[in-house]
Amino acid sequence: MTTATDRKLTTQKAIAEAIALELERDESVLVMGEDVGVYGGIFGSTEGLLDRFGPQRVMDTPISETGFIGAAVGAAVNGLRPIAELMFVDFFGVCMDQIYNNMAKIHYFSGGNVKVPMVLMTAVGGGYSDAGQHSQTLWGTFAHLPGMKVVVPSNPYDAKGLMISAIREDNPVIYMFHKGVLGLGWMTNNPRATGPVPEEAYEVPIGKAAIARPGNDVTVATVGLSVHRALDAAELLEEKGISAEVLDLRSLVPLDREAIVASVRKTHRLMVVDEDYQSFGMSGEVITTAVEGAFDYLDAPPVRVATPDVPIPYSHPLEEWTLPSVRRIVAGIERLTTG
Amino acid sequence: MDIPRDHLVDMYETMVKIRRFEERIREIYFEDKLPAFDIAAGLIPGEMHLSAGQEPVAVGVKPHLKAGDAITATHRPHHVAIAQGVDLKKMAAEIFGRETGLGHGKGGHMHLFSVEPNFGCSGIIGEGMPVACGAALAFSRRGTDNVALSFFGDGAANQGAFHESLNLAATWNLPVVFICEDNGYAISVPKAAATAIPNNSDRACAYGIPGVLVEDNDPVGVYEAVGEAIRRARSGGGPTLIEVKTDRLWGHFEGDADAYRSDEFKKAMAERDPLVTFGRRLLDEGVLSESDVDSIRERMYGEVEEALEFAQSSPYPQPEDALNHVFA
Repeated sequence: MTTATDRKLTTQKAIAEAIALELERDESVLVMGEDVGVYGGIFGSTEGLLDRFGPQRVMDTPISETGFIGAAVGAAVNGLRPIAELMFVDFFGVCMDQIYNNMAKIHYFSGGNVKVPMVLMTAVGGGYSDAGQHSQTLWGTFAHLPGMKVVVPSNPYDAKGLMISAIREDNPVIYMFHKGVLGLGWMTNNPRATGPVPEEAYEVPIGKAAIARPGNDVTVATVGLSVHRALDAAELLEEKGISAEVLDLRSLVPLDREAIVASVRKTHRLMVVDEDYQSFGMSGEVITTAVEGAFDYLDAPPVRVATPDVPIPYSHPLEEWTLPSVRRIVAGIERLTTG
Repeated sequence: MDIPRDHLVDMYETMVKIRRFEERIREIYFEDKLPAFDIAAGLIPGEMHLSAGQEPVAVGVKPHLKAGDAITATHRPHHVAIAQGVDLKKMAAEIFGRETGLGHGKGGHMHLFSVEPNFGCSGIIGEGMPVACGAALAFSRRGTDNVALSFFGDGAANQGAFHESLNLAATWNLPVVFICEDNGYAISVPKAAATAIPNNSDRACAYGIPGVLVEDNDPVGVYEAVGEAIRRARSGGGPTLIEVKTDRLWGHFEGDADAYRSDEFKKAMAERDPLVTFGRRLLDEGVLSESDVDSIRERMYGEVEEALEFAQSSPYPQPEDALNHVFA
C-alpha cells in the first residue's frame, strides 16, 4: 500500500502522472499516438509529457492506427515498452487486425518465447451526444478475444495504479478510460472524477476487483463511469432501507470471479450494470460466474442494466434513455429486492 | 560477379536447402492425404503454402544480415525463415505440430516465431509491415545499427498496412527495408487485375523514399539491391522499398489446382527455375565445380532429412497444453 495523501487529482492527471513516472523510471517506455505530443492527448492522458520527455519518448503519429499500433507491437517484441493510444475505442475497426490477430496472439503462437509488453490505451463511453461512432465502450469485444488483459479504472487512484501495473506488465494490456471519469473541463463529470492520489509510483493489481461501497442486500457489479452511477443509486436506495454493495470490477481480463461469487454469497442478489451492449457481453459473463459459483445463494434471478443492442443515438433524450442511468439502476434494484 | 565467393556459395546452398525442404514437405503433405484429399488429415494438417521458386528473394538478403536484425515474413514464410537461420529442426517440428516446435505446436507453418534469429511471420496479408517499423523504431531508440526487413507479397501492396507503413517509416526515417515478393498472383487474381500500376517499387516515390526494381528472379540482383538498402538503413539513411519479380512455382496452397495459370506460363516458369539457372551460372563462371554441387546437395539434403526426422520422431504436445502461453 501507499502512504495516505490529501493531494487530489483528476483521473486524467493521474493517468498522465503514471505515464510520466514510468517514462522517468524506465528508458524503454515510450508513448505514441495521435495528438499525444503538443496537444497532450485529446483526453489529457499525456498532458505535459512532451515538454518533459521530448519527441523521442512522446511521439505524435500519423492518423494510421494499423501503422502505429502495429509498430508498437514490433517495438514491444524488440525490447521497448510502448504505450499506444487509440484515440476513441470506436476506431478499432481500422486497426483491429493488429490488435487481436497480432498483439494478442504472438505470445501464444511463439509457445511463450516472444513477449509483447505494451499498453493500448483508449477512451470509451458516451453521455455527451457524440453519437454512435464516438461513444461506445466495447470492452466486451476486447475481453472476448484471448491474449490481452483489459482494465477499466473508475477513479483517479485506480487510474494511476492500473496504468503503472499495465506498463510493467509483460502482456499486452488494453487500458480503457471512460471519458466521464476523467475530470476534463469540457465534459460533464462525476464529482468523484477528482480524488486522492499519492505522489509516488504504486501498482493496483490487474485482475482484482474492489468493493467501492459495502452493502448487504444486493451486489451491483460494474466498471468505469457506471461505478459512480451505481454509487449514486446506492445512496438513494439507502434512504429507502436498501443496502447495495457496489463492486468495481476494475479488470475484465482477468475477471475477479472470486470477488463476484463472494459478494453474491453475502448479498444473495446480483445486478450487473454495463455501459457496453447488453447481448454477448460482460453482463452475461458476470451473471454466469455468479450462477456457477453461487447458484444456491441467489434469492432472485440476476438483473442487468446495460445499453440495449442499438448503436448509441445522438439526441440527448434518446441517449440518456439508452445508457445505464441512476434511474434505471434504482428501478432495477427495487425490482430485485422487492420481487 | 563482383561478389565474395563465400556469399555466392552460401546463397546457392541455402537455395538448395530451401527447395529440398519444400519438396519433402510437399511429398509428406500429400502422401498421407491421397487419394481423397482431406486437408485435416495426415502428418502435416491444415493449409500449406510453399515457396519453391521464390528462394532468390530470401537468399539474396541473407549475407547482409547480422545478429539482431529483425525479419517479418508472410504466410509463405519457409524460404525466408530458412535463409534467416531459423532452427530447421524446430521449424519442421512446428510444421508437424510437435512439442519440440518453435511454438510448441501453437502456431504452425504460417505463425513461426524465433527470438534468435529475430524472425516472425503472419497469416494475415500485410500484417508484418507495421511490426517491422516498430522493430526498426526499437533499434534506433536503443542505439543499435540493426535493421528490420519486411517481406510482403504483391497482394499486400494494396492493403492499408502497406501505405501506412511506408509513410510511417519515411516520416520517422526508420531503418527498415520493405521487400515485395511479386509473384504475380494474389491467390488466383493476377496482379494486373488488382494493382493499378505495373511496379510496386514505383509507389516509393509517393513516400519520398528510394524504390528499387529487381526485374528477374535473380539472387545476385536481390543481393545487390538489398545490400545497398541495408547499408543505407544501417547508416541512418532511412527506408527503402524493393520489389523483386519472382515466381511461385506451385499453387497458392498445396491442393490448389492452379487452373488460373496457363500451361504455357507454368512451362516458362519451370524453364527459368532460379535454382537451375543460378546453379548453371555458378558452374559456368567457375564458382562451383560439379563435385561442389554434388557435395552441397548431399549436405543440404542431409540437413533437411535430419530436421524432418527430428520433427516426426518428436512427441505431440499434451492436449491440455492448449491452455498454456495465452499470457506470460
